[in-house]
Amino acid sequence: MNRSQMMDTQQSRKVRSIWIRVQKMLLDLLWYIVVIALALAVILPFIWMIVTSLKGQDEVFAYPPTWIPAQPQWQNYLEVWKEAPFAHYFLNSTIVALAVTAGQLASCILAAFAFARMNFKGKNAMFLVFLSTTMISSQVTLVPSYLIMRTLNWIDHYPALIVPFLANAFGVFMIRQSFRSIPRELEEAAKLDGCGRFRFLVQILLPLCTPILASQALFAFMGTWNSYLWPLIVTNRDEMRTLQIGLRYFVSGEGGTQWGIFMAAAVLVSIPVILVYFLVQRTFVESMASTGLKDI
Amino acid sequence: MSTTNGKGTTRDLQPVSQRGRWWCRWGEETFSAYAYLLPSLVIFVAFTFFPAIYSMVVSLFRWNMPLKSVFVGFENYGYLFSDPIESRVFWKSFFNTFYFSLGVPINLFVSLLIAMLLNRKMPGVGIFRTTFFLPAITSMAAASVVWLWLFHPAQYGLFNSILIQLGLPLQRWLRDPVLAMPCLILMGVWAGMGYNIIIFLAGLQSIPHTYYEAAKIDGAGALALFRHITWPLLSPTLFYILTVGMINSLKAFTEIDVMTQGGPLNATTTMAYYLYQNAFQFFQMGKASAVAVLLFIMLFLMTWIQFRYIDRRVYYE
Repeated sequence: MNRSQMMDTQQSRKVRSIWIRVQKMLLDLLWYIVVIALALAVILPFIWMIVTSLKGQDEVFAYPPTWIPAQPQWQNYLEVWKEAPFAHYFLNSTIVALAVTAGQLASCILAAFAFARMNFKGKNAMFLVFLSTTMISSQVTLVPSYLIMRTLNWIDHYPALIVPFLANAFGVFMIRQSFRSIPRELEEAAKLDGCGRFRFLVQILLPLCTPILASQALFAFMGTWNSYLWPLIVTNRDEMRTLQIGLRYFVSGEGGTQWGIFMAAAVLVSIPVILVYFLVQRTFVESMASTGLKDI
Repeated sequence: MSTTNGKGTTRDLQPVSQRGRWWCRWGEETFSAYAYLLPSLVIFVAFTFFPAIYSMVVSLFRWNMPLKSVFVGFENYGYLFSDPIESRVFWKSFFNTFYFSLGVPINLFVSLLIAMLLNRKMPGVGIFRTTFFLPAITSMAAASVVWLWLFHPAQYGLFNSILIQLGLPLQRWLRDPVLAMPCLILMGVWAGMGYNIIIFLAGLQSIPHTYYEAAKIDGAGALALFRHITWPLLSPTLFYILTVGMINSLKAFTEIDVMTQGGPLNATTTMAYYLYQNAFQFFQMGKASAVAVLLFIMLFLMTWIQFRYIDRRVYYE
């Protein structure tokens, strides 16, 4: 092989590597174009929601629709609070979501502890009982549950929105799983030092399992905040409605729907959960992938 | 009645007089365990098991609130199945339930495609993943309200304005008996996608890279890679998403209530919505409960059939 030939092969190799790089870049570019197009399609409703929420009634009904509000009507967001007892809805949703989250977490922790750390008669049977609750959907028990609420006189009261949700089998399974991953020796050691069972749970086990507890709390919060059907049937009075239900009654105000204000309300309703999501994205997504649960 | 888990020693220390009693044989640990389970159990019994059974009982009564209930046996079921007027609505809702669940395979297909796109290490991929996930965390009520606005039947509705620009005739979307259900399905796909993508991504990332590399060395093309590696290894995930999606689709309520109220002409009345209408608009608790029992059977059958049928094709590691 003489010198020029070697130069040749070197050059052709260079050309080929450049060609491969160009190919890869083109492929990457194509990837970005496709993904960005899809992503735009997915967030289009959100964009449209926000755009409309800043429009006055005239501009809302203008044709062709504008993508940038001529004069952003920030007061739409203030109008929301005047239009309906929106502050009341907000308060109700917050109270109910927080109460359910706290209560559900507590009951799940206790049950998970029994399943993970204790030996008792009928453990397997109990486990099946818990498992079977996941098969009975809320739709199936809707009518009787409503009748129970009526008998208890809970219609239009907070307990109706809170108490039925204070247990959750999925939560129990998830927390049990993480309790089981803590070595048993730790419990033995604690016991030797005179630590009781409950104290071990509260002071040692729980701090070790905060990530899963946090994500379970989030699930409970999100599920309750977003729930619709149940609050719809157990609340009649305006002051007892939650945000999701309140939103529904914006549709047909007198004099046609005020779409600008309506969309502002929708934005306000969506924000808390999205904020919470961004705060704890990692744990949230991970546990969602593993529980596979987004119940209403 | 001996326990074999090493509890024997502690039991021997107990007073002889108590040894034979059941509460002693059960031991302290069992009692404590049930104490820990108690809060959950009480809620489950009161608000899940009791209502489930009560639902079956109520379905055997004619109960038009606020009138008193009368035992009628299976009359409610017969009424649903074969009454000349009522059965038409019921069967329509039955059909619509399955029509609506067409969204599940569509959703599965779209999500899998996007998940495979996103399963790459590219700068900014995290932002896209979040974007696709956004609809999943938005409340269904808020999302429905936005889509109601997108589907507005006048020219200033966004979708209609696009149609105009394309020179196509205006559509009435949700108010059109033919289009209403496809619109709901589209919205459902949008809303359910993010969640499926997350699960698919988790599934895709659990497939070892070496499999692909080995196949590539053997000269497998992109399609062969998908058919012989991705698809079979992803089948448990697919199966899972299909089941959960089906169940959620049977339970769908919010979007229907906000966007169409089951209309127009019952075109979007699914069984879940039909149940709600009967119970809380017509106050026919017996009939509604009969629908609930049927819905329960369907949910159960669905899970069972899927298990039986798909089980054979599912690859388990």
